[in-house]
Amino acid sequence: MNSKTQDLCAGSGKTARGVVLATLAVGFGLPLVLLAAVLLLSPLSKPAMLMAALGAAGVNVSGWSVTGQYVAWIVAIAVLALILLSFGAVISGMTVWWEMRVSSRMQSRVGYNRVGAAGFFQWIADAVKLLLKEDLVPADADALLFRAAPYFVLTGFGLVFVALPFGESLIAADMNVGIFYITAVTALIVVGILIAGWSSNSKWALFGGMRSAAQVISYEIPSGLAAMVPVMMSGTLSMQGIIRSQGAWPWEWHAFTNPFALAAFAIFFVAQLAEGNRTPFDLPEAESELVAGYLSEYSSFRFALFFLVEFGNLWVMSAIAVTLFFGGWQVPFVGPEAFAAARGVGDLPGAAWWGLQILSMLVFVAKTLVVLNVVVWVRWTLPRIRVDQMMTLCWKYLVPIAFVVFVATLLWQMLIARLPVSATVSGAVMFAAAVVTALLFFRQTRQNISAVGDRVDFTNW
Amino acid sequence: MPQSVREYTGAIRDTVKSFWHGLSITLSYLARRPTTVQYPDRTPLPVRDMLPPRYRGFLEVDNTICTGCQACERACPIGCIQITLEKDPTNPKQRLVAQFDIDESRCMFCGLCVEPCPTGAIQHTREFEGTHRYIRNLVFRWADPMNPFPVYKVDKTAEYFPRAPLGSLVRQRLETLAWDRPAPEFLPPEPPKPAAAKPAPALKAAPAPTAAAPAAKPAAAAPAAAEAPKAPAANPESK
Repeated sequence: MNSKTQDLCAGSGKTARGVVLATLAVGFGLPLVLLAAVLLLSPLSKPAMLMAALGAAGVNVSGWSVTGQYVAWIVAIAVLALILLSFGAVISGMTVWWEMRVSSRMQSRVGYNRVGAAGFFQWIADAVKLLLKEDLVPADADALLFRAAPYFVLTGFGLVFVALPFGESLIAADMNVGIFYITAVTALIVVGILIAGWSSNSKWALFGGMRSAAQVISYEIPSGLAAMVPVMMSGTLSMQGIIRSQGAWPWEWHAFTNPFALAAFAIFFVAQLAEGNRTPFDLPEAESELVAGYLSEYSSFRFALFFLVEFGNLWVMSAIAVTLFFGGWQVPFVGPEAFAAARGVGDLPGAAWWGLQILSMLVFVAKTLVVLNVVVWVRWTLPRIRVDQMMTLCWKYLVPIAFVVFVATLLWQMLIARLPVSATVSGAVMFAAAVVTALLFFRQTRQNISAVGDRVDFTNW
Repeated sequence: MPQSVREYTGAIRDTVKSFWHGLSITLSYLARRPTTVQYPDRTPLPVRDMLPPRYRGFLEVDNTICTGCQACERACPIGCIQITLEKDPTNPKQRLVAQFDIDESRCMFCGLCVEPCPTGAIQHTREFEGTHRYIRNLVFRWADPMNPFPVYKVDKTAEYFPRAPLGSLVRQRLETLAWDRPAPEFLPPEPPKPAAAKPAPALKAAPAPTAAAPAAKPAAAAPAAAEAPKAPAANPESK
């Protein structure tokens, strides 16, 4: 029967060592290469640093015209844009794999296990399959809009990375309107979804698109109000500015220094789930009612683009939440003075500065992955809610509570102005409460396992 | 719908509680061992050995104890069993089974053929892995048309019929035959005595290849034509 088992796993027992090594190499190597490229290119794409780096590399830039300098800078920016988009695509594919693994464990299944160790290469296989399929356009569809819709969605997704931080100096453009810009460009996604729903000329797609529009526009309000809370606490809209106004330790994070900010985070999190069309808010593509919603008529590469954005949004929403509420890339014991000292006075920063950048990037990526896992976890815990429940949740709960939190934060900032110690006290108390809650939660989880006679067992991961 | 303050706060409390309990339940399953097994590899035993003993997999016929009674063929509700009997030319009292085909691709594994078998020659096994590139390879031929086997004479006092170990015959078949081997062409078996085919005129031979063997290659038309007179003799028997 050996002729029938045509997989990469050799016989019974363990995965072949070469497959494990290849999986580890790609699984860690691909994101590491992309993150390293972001690490190098995002500081170097600033004009002054780029010219200094070119000069250090032996290129005589002093004789260049202004146009030539602009061209060099535009090339650097274009490469960085390509790297950021590739990072979004790769992280989206790997999130698909990870989500399927986690969901199958939560349902007592094994999950992906055929392609590579732990089925890791499944996302590549799926992508290749989608690219090779025929790109169908329904006969009665509005062909131009139908073809254009995925690019709106992809543009809305890709533009977010312009203002998404990765580390202390690692951001494509630290705009002074950062969070406002991100809120604005993510609205482009709903335009694409609405176009997709309309142009498909299918009632399922139209229903899905309309639901998505209603949902996203409704949830923009609590999301924006909740995002205002950290903005008010730091006094800036810039993503890096918001992170710099927080400390490295948990009791210095926005989520804990203001008791209302934690409520704001909860509102922001729920609203982001709804805006990203994630379960329990995946009504626009509710397969039990709408086939696949606005995706019904799509196939091939255009379908892949929608999916890329849907799963890439996990990273985006987690990174924004980490930026706003959980201290971003702040590294303990390394303040702004340490960064300035490591940078030195020359045109190009010293090696220590690059080391600190790597450290800040690691902190940011680790925090983002934790939040990303919570999003995945919530998806496989909660069932999909009804349309009326979704609207009730938004307009009767999230919006009023968001306003209360907004006003309470104003008052809290007045209190901090009079009594600066209150922020520290709140941070300490809230963080202690969070730790106790987490411990209680893990105790409850252990009880769930032991109550039915099972035990914690990770042997078959 | 009007809502009291108690209902409003109660809804928030319910949400928090259901998050708390729901998330802890899913996390607890994340930390447990999955109940499903990784088929087909990484199973502690071959899957067929983990199946219950009365699992109804592929049918298997032990032709050393087959009485040729055709009870299984009559019992089959979809007619996926085809049996042809003929007389032994050397010994007119001995009947031979010249054809015992079971089309496993049509079988619905109901077990009705197993019930009437007087000796237990036809049985379900626990074999189920029948991936083949050509579906016709799933027709298992338990009698060799070129070498028919004699029917088994039942001893009235016997309490036990010596049967090959259940599953050994069909497993041997599945293991020796490649999954992507070419499909057989189902020509009727060549008669042992081609002398009987002589009087068959051309007008009778002409429709036979087109009607009986649409998949046969043109080169195979000659043996099919030679077979034509035998077909009426076989038909009344198998109905």
